Amino acid sequence: MSTTLVSQSERPPAPAGTGARRLTERVFRIRESGIIVVLAVFVAVTASVQHRFLNTTNIAFILVNTTVFALLALGETMVVISRNYDLSVGSVLGLSAYLSANLFGQHHGFPIPLAFLAGLGIGLGCGLLNGLMVSVGRVPSLVVTLATLYIFRGIDILIVGGKEVVANSLPQAFLNIPKATVLGIPDLAIAIAVVIAIGAYYLRSFRSGRELYAMGSNPDAARLAGIGVGRRVFIAFTVSGAIAGVAGVLWAAQYGTVDSTAGTGYELQVISAVVVGGVAIFGGSGSAVGAALGALLLNTISSALYVLGISPFWDQAIWGFLLILAITLDRFISVRLTAALRLRGARHE
Amino acid sequence: MLIETFHSGVVGRGLERRVEMASGGTPGGPASDNAGPADAGTGSADGAGGGPILVVRHAAKSFGAVQALVDGSIELYPGEAHALVGENGAGKSTLVKILAGVYQPDAGALLMEGQEVTLHGPAMARAAGIAVIYQEPALFPDLTVAENMFIGRQPLTTGRRIDRRAMRKEAAAIFGRLGVQLDPARIARGLSIADQQVVEIGKAISLEARVIVMDEPTAALSAAEVERLFDVVRTLRAGGTAVLFISHRLEEVFELCQRVTVMRDGRQVLSRELAGLVAGDLVRAMVGRELAERPVEEHGTPGEPLLAVERLTREGVFTDISFTVRGGEIVALAGLVGSGRSEVARAIFGVDKYDAGAVTVRGNRLRRGSPTGAMAAGVGFVPEDRRQQGLVMDMSVQQNVALASLGRLRRGGLIRASAERGLAADWAARLKIRYGRLKDPVSMLSGGNQQKVVLAKWLGRKPSVLIVDEPTRGIDVATKAEVHHLLTQLARDGVGVLMISSELPEVLHVSDRILVMREGRLMAELAHADASEEKILSAATGQAEGDG
Amino acid sequence: MSDRLRASLGPLLRWETGLALVVVIIGIAGASVSSQFFTSNNFFNLGLSNGEIAIMTLPMTLIVISGEIDLSVASILGMSSALLGFLWARHWPMIGIFALIAVVGLAAGAVNGVLVTRLGLPSLAVTIGTLALYRGIATILLGPSTVANFPTAYTNLGVNAVPFTGNDLTYSAAIFIVLAIIFGVVLHATPFGRSVYAMGASTEAAQFAGLRVKRIKTILFMTSGLVCALAGVLLTFRLNTAVQNNGLGLELDVVAIVLLGGVSIFGGKGSIVGVVLGVLAFAGIQNALFLTNFNQEAAGIVTGGLLLLSVFGRNAAAISSRLRTWPPGRRGRGPESPAGEPSPTAVTPP
Repeated sequence: MSTTLVSQSERPPAPAGTGARRLTERVFRIRESGIIVVLAVFVAVTASVQHRFLNTTNIAFILVNTTVFALLALGETMVVISRNYDLSVGSVLGLSAYLSANLFGQHHGFPIPLAFLAGLGIGLGCGLLNGLMVSVGRVPSLVVTLATLYIFRGIDILIVGGKEVVANSLPQAFLNIPKATVLGIPDLAIAIAVVIAIGAYYLRSFRSGRELYAMGSNPDAARLAGIGVGRRVFIAFTVSGAIAGVAGVLWAAQYGTVDSTAGTGYELQVISAVVVGGVAIFGGSGSAVGAALGALLLNTISSALYVLGISPFWDQAIWGFLLILAITLDRFISVRLTAALRLRGARHE
Repeated sequence: MLIETFHSGVVGRGLERRVEMASGGTPGGPASDNAGPADAGTGSADGAGGGPILVVRHAAKSFGAVQALVDGSIELYPGEAHALVGENGAGKSTLVKILAGVYQPDAGALLMEGQEVTLHGPAMARAAGIAVIYQEPALFPDLTVAENMFIGRQPLTTGRRIDRRAMRKEAAAIFGRLGVQLDPARIARGLSIADQQVVEIGKAISLEARVIVMDEPTAALSAAEVERLFDVVRTLRAGGTAVLFISHRLEEVFELCQRVTVMRDGRQVLSRELAGLVAGDLVRAMVGRELAERPVEEHGTPGEPLLAVERLTREGVFTDISFTVRGGEIVALAGLVGSGRSEVARAIFGVDKYDAGAVTVRGNRLRRGSPTGAMAAGVGFVPEDRRQQGLVMDMSVQQNVALASLGRLRRGGLIRASAERGLAADWAARLKIRYGRLKDPVSMLSGGNQQKVVLAKWLGRKPSVLIVDEPTRGIDVATKAEVHHLLTQLARDGVGVLMISSELPEVLHVSDRILVMREGRLMAELAHADASEEKILSAATGQAEGDG
Repeated sequence: MSDRLRASLGPLLRWETGLALVVVIIGIAGASVSSQFFTSNNFFNLGLSNGEIAIMTLPMTLIVISGEIDLSVASILGMSSALLGFLWARHWPMIGIFALIAVVGLAAGAVNGVLVTRLGLPSLAVTIGTLALYRGIATILLGPSTVANFPTAYTNLGVNAVPFTGNDLTYSAAIFIVLAIIFGVVLHATPFGRSVYAMGASTEAAQFAGLRVKRIKTILFMTSGLVCALAGVLLTFRLNTAVQNNGLGLELDVVAIVLLGGVSIFGGKGSIVGVVLGVLAFAGIQNALFLTNFNQEAAGIVTGGLLLLSVFGRNAAAISSRLRTWPPGRRGRGPESPAGEPSPTAVTPP
């Protein structure tokens, strides 16, 4: 029943500490930098074969493509860290993309910032619904957001009908948003990077952010500790929805044409990006930066395959394989780490 | 009888202390053995020589038809360690939950520093200054020790950001005050239970708890860890905190505490200073009667060796374990918590793997790591944790009894409902299990009856070897006796029984032979006629005989 | 039989009864909205459009009851469809193709099973990964091409009615009925099925009772793989098209139906009867909407709504049953039993 190794000597326990801390930090750094390493390897290999992979246009292209997913990854990270799942992000994105883009068609000269606000609002509303049901109804978020995935998509389809928003109904300034660059780096990528940095900082340095980690790490203890679990969950989903809403508007700016299929299937891609990026599937650990890197990695792979002339059809298989590799690795690390930490704790006795 | 009268490293000293106290040593009373300058700066917030800090008066609590608490009363004085003892079912746990704010009493009052309070939840209890440390602390494995302590209340710097450095410093300061060495910046994952408890205590201190309740804290600790915990408690007392210490181990009670409250059948039956008392007084109060020596039941002559364990080894857990269990005998595996007994049993049954050695049943070698193989060879295993391992709580009584016999209840591939029902009803009758209907979820039964269901599950297979791990833990006295009788009956019928138990009286009462383990090794084998508590104790703690 | 049913289905009967009521309501609503609803032609169409999904819900039911989930089902279907097209285009004999598809389906399920049971990975994450991996393999196999020249003998299996049954029953519906009976018997009346319930309710207790948790879960995943491969073949013949995105997204429909059918996402509870009713409810709604020219693709709103109702309804039932059968013992971590032993770690208020 005892979980400690009983030592032979009767000396009182000595500092069970710094060794463990160093070990954990080392492991986490490996995990987080692991993605960077894989990314670097991919880029290096591809660039060595195909030099144009590393030219500014291509890099800009990859970065812009990643922005939507990186944003979604940020919202999803907040949710997954607390041991929840938001499967509705793809549908929210689609709904927001169409409705906000449509504003331009319906109202000539519609101000662009207002379109973003509209997208935000739509996402916020959807997220609010999710948050309410999960927090008040005490229903598993996997099931709730599976349902809203259907419902939001269905609403989107009803609204869109067979129509679509075409690029030339959108103001040029709007369509130029993804194209604007400074020193070759897309403004959008910088902006999103800043947003992600803010998000990551929030999760790391603010009480409510830490509470999300606590909820994922040990939900029962979180409740016992007096953490307002319901409120945190509600806010996490609302924010995730709002972010998806904004991502929708960006999506419209990038692709120009929006129909009822926008965003289909994104939720599972985002969750895989997040897991590859180091967020534990059961919550409790991981970072927004890692998740964004996961999104970047996935996009880079697609682009690399294209540039290398490998059929893009390999994309999905590689991504699936990477995901399985990531979770296997995480499990391996976690088991080893726990054992090592226990050993260190006991060894000091 | 639920006394654990042994404890490593403490036996000799503990006995000396008891003798000292019995002969009128240090008198009891609030902060009595803290007399001296140490008190001056850190005295209780209640003022010198003040009244109790927490009073429970005649609390009562029922759940449906059952009254778990009839008249719970206790007074905790600042700077004192107060022991709460009683058999299982005496109401201790309910009282603790009331203090923790988990339950609200149906009647009675709770006074904190003289003011009546109602605690509507754990948060209110915490706010009132009461902290409860459970046997298995609930920490956040992915957060650091410091964060665990301060979650929700982390110190802030400009812009409401968490001040990590201040948090670490505060945590380190608290650990310093407690006299323990723990790195606040390491994550909680992998901490031993002892360290986890320290973190919880640190958290309680940071919450400025005036009352810290410890619920069976030493059950999973090694000797050294218990000593450390006791030092921590002494430091807490010096700071004026009141500590409520719930334990079955009377040795510890006498070593650590100044005051004791005994509960029985939901009531307080005794509450006074420990000075002047001996263990026997407490036992008497707990049980309410002089324990008549029960006549030892006739043990038959043992037959063939049924279970042979040869040089079983699992690195870091147990080493070179060899013994046999013959048909018709009950072999007890005694030892302290952490000595590896349950691990050996699980390895024999196949739930855990082992690294070297062999297990044979009736001459046939069992494949390691295969419960199916063990079961096919006729081995049954009643695990230690009834609720998590012994039963599927959501399933019915009938389904639980049938769970290990599904193959036999089958005809043409399908389970015969009538056979299943018959099996369950038959064993329920034989073991006198009290239930509503066989279809009721097993969670509705009392602990004793639940244990009988687990036994029925295995007995239904007519095992030739039965391993029982803590057969009567958490069971009321009457059912305990029934289980003992059942085990003896089984032995008489030729079954070989391997019983793991931490309760010496049970071990002495029921078994033919006693094997004592210590830190993963077999230290001694005692025949029933030669055995005594002292001898088992000595072997379990590694002391030469004659020390205690 | 009724005794056995009652024994194993006992407390769940309430969920199924409610669901049956819902199915009846859907039927009435459908009939009132369209005179076509209860025609045999319509039943036939029902079978056509939902047959494959229905078939996939059966192994999924057992997997979810055992405490896991398999999100790769639609990708296995897609992979099998792609394999069918790929091999057919290379003039393999159909028998050989079927054999290989069966093997591949089993293997795909085995991969899931091994990752979950031997490596101890969470099935949610694993099957999201294999969802991508298998769909990826399908894409690699077929690329952008479509194979559409299957012989009518086989495509008839997709679009014709089973002979001698009038014009109602599609092959897929017939297969569903047969499989439902088989799975139902296995789940509710065999030791295997009882083990599935036990391990879903408490993995540890199942292990301590000698149940072979790892082996059983692996078998469940492999069965799912095989059945989904079969569904892939049926779908391909019905559409007379093998293309890499066949069945895209269907896993969510399958999970939705299973949850709707009363299977608890946490494991340990559910029944085949409930899932069959769930299939009927789902199919009925799709069909009614179709007949009223409601935008088919938006029918998801109704599925989603039903799913929400199912979980909120279940929660309400759980709360009321919790009040009636005190103490509750969800996963054995209920509060102290009044008649006996303290539970040192249980701090959840009753």
